[in-house]
Amino acid sequence: MQYSEKVMDHFTNPRNVGEIEDANGVGVVGNAKCGDIMKMYLKIDENDVITDCKFKTFGCGAAIATSSMATELVKGHTVKEALELTNKVVVEALDGLPPVKVHCSVLAEEAIKTAVADYYNRIGRPVDFEIEKSHEE
Amino acid sequence: MKRYVYADNAATTSVSPEVIAEMMPCFESDWGNPSSLHSKGREAKVILDNARARVARCLGAEPSEIYFTSCGTEADNWAIRGAAMRMKKKGRCHIVTSAIEHHAVLHTCQALEKEGFEITYVGVDEFGTVNLDELREAVTDKTALVAIMYANNEIGTIEPIREICDIAHAKGALMFTDAVQAVGNVEINLKELPVDMLSLSGHKLHAPKGIGALYIRRGVVIDNLIEGGAQERRKRGGTENLPYIVGLAKALEVATENIPALASVREKRDRLIEELTKIPYSKLNGHRTNRLPGIVNIGFEFIEGESLLLWLDIAGICASTGSACSSESLEPSHVLIATGVPHEKAHGSLRISISRETTDEDIDYIIENVPLVVEKLRNMSPLWEDVVKAGKN
Repeated sequence: MQYSEKVMDHFTNPRNVGEIEDANGVGVVGNAKCGDIMKMYLKIDENDVITDCKFKTFGCGAAIATSSMATELVKGHTVKEALELTNKVVVEALDGLPPVKVHCSVLAEEAIKTAVADYYNRIGRPVDFEIEKSHEE
Repeated sequence: MKRYVYADNAATTSVSPEVIAEMMPCFESDWGNPSSLHSKGREAKVILDNARARVARCLGAEPSEIYFTSCGTEADNWAIRGAAMRMKKKGRCHIVTSAIEHHAVLHTCQALEKEGFEITYVGVDEFGTVNLDELREAVTDKTALVAIMYANNEIGTIEPIREICDIAHAKGALMFTDAVQAVGNVEINLKELPVDMLSLSGHKLHAPKGIGALYIRRGVVIDNLIEGGAQERRKRGGTENLPYIVGLAKALEVATENIPALASVREKRDRLIEELTKIPYSKLNGHRTNRLPGIVNIGFEFIEGESLLLWLDIAGICASTGSACSSESLEPSHVLIATGVPHEKAHGSLRISISRETTDEDIDYIIENVPLVVEKLRNMSPLWEDVVKAGKN
């Protein structure tokens, strides 16, 4: 299995690793049994702009790289734009993933959406989008 | 300073220079076909017979009991399928194997299952030792074959082969052992060990890939797997791969001579175990003492094995993992699962397999780097975050 240079770059120098103490949107997806868990922290301002985004991931190289790339792709964007982020975009931004690793990018998409849903719940906004849960036990 | 440390000898080993040196004449001058009647062929036949005798001597076998194959997997396939087909004629359509076999054995058994054979997969204890009581119950007078590995390739546990032989033979079943990891790493004397068949592979003992052998005890008859010419006493067709056969003979001789030197490999292995299990939330997989000299397998909680391997690789260390994420199947190691390791912990396993070429400096380097990588990955793991927040780190 061969990862692209982009994947290795994001794996070895992951962007935005960590926690946000005062995050107002947090999403956890995946499970340890399957071997990957992603936790996304979003800090969203009153204009719905994601001003900060951090992650923690338990998982393989692709899981870490897709988490890292997903944070880069949503940071500075509005939640509406973040909800438009698909796993395909994450894969393309990483110059591709081995076929067996594509599910990691799906997980990254879910993690962002789950964090946004948490934000909506916190501010009392109805969650008007679907989150595909690919890793439920 | 960065080093390069190859610590994946259970996957494959380097081809040793003395093996290459011995193989070269078979490419340069002794390239005849051992089946040819002319002088070129006869020369090759002498080399072939000599190599067979050398392999036999290392194992305490007779030359006529050694059959060369293309690899360990072929030997495993042949032993199981050949015995199954032969014993079926005697009304025995049941095979007993273990839950921790190599896929070469497991998948062959599964294929036979589809063809109507009944297969029993005997479990192992937490150390990976085959449960003998379970085995005794499984083997009946309808059992064709008991196929249990000599030593496990992932966790290194050595199985009680003699007892397993006795259990198989008490019911008239054949006993085959996949000894691919064991040969060259433990002393094997087939004059004293009553297995009916034993497989081995060259590239696990510093011979090249592409050569293996099956030992079939005199008097034991199994069906052919590969039909063809009169090679291998008509049991395995195909022109003999003479250079590789010679390479295997040399490698096995060197390994056999070096058996006493394995004490030093064992010491290095034990130092790795002692130091790496000092890492919090780590656990040795496999048996503490009854294990192959070169194999260490440790589980680290809250991290995933592929990430661990990638970082070790960046540090110059080549190792292996039982994590699902490193496999195409996305299933974690069946061996670790069989020993009772839960899925989430199986993902964080690291196999380090050393050889007689591994130095003390290599061991120091592994001991220095593994904790750093584990810490790095834990620091970005949400599971570790929970442990830290609970003050349990």
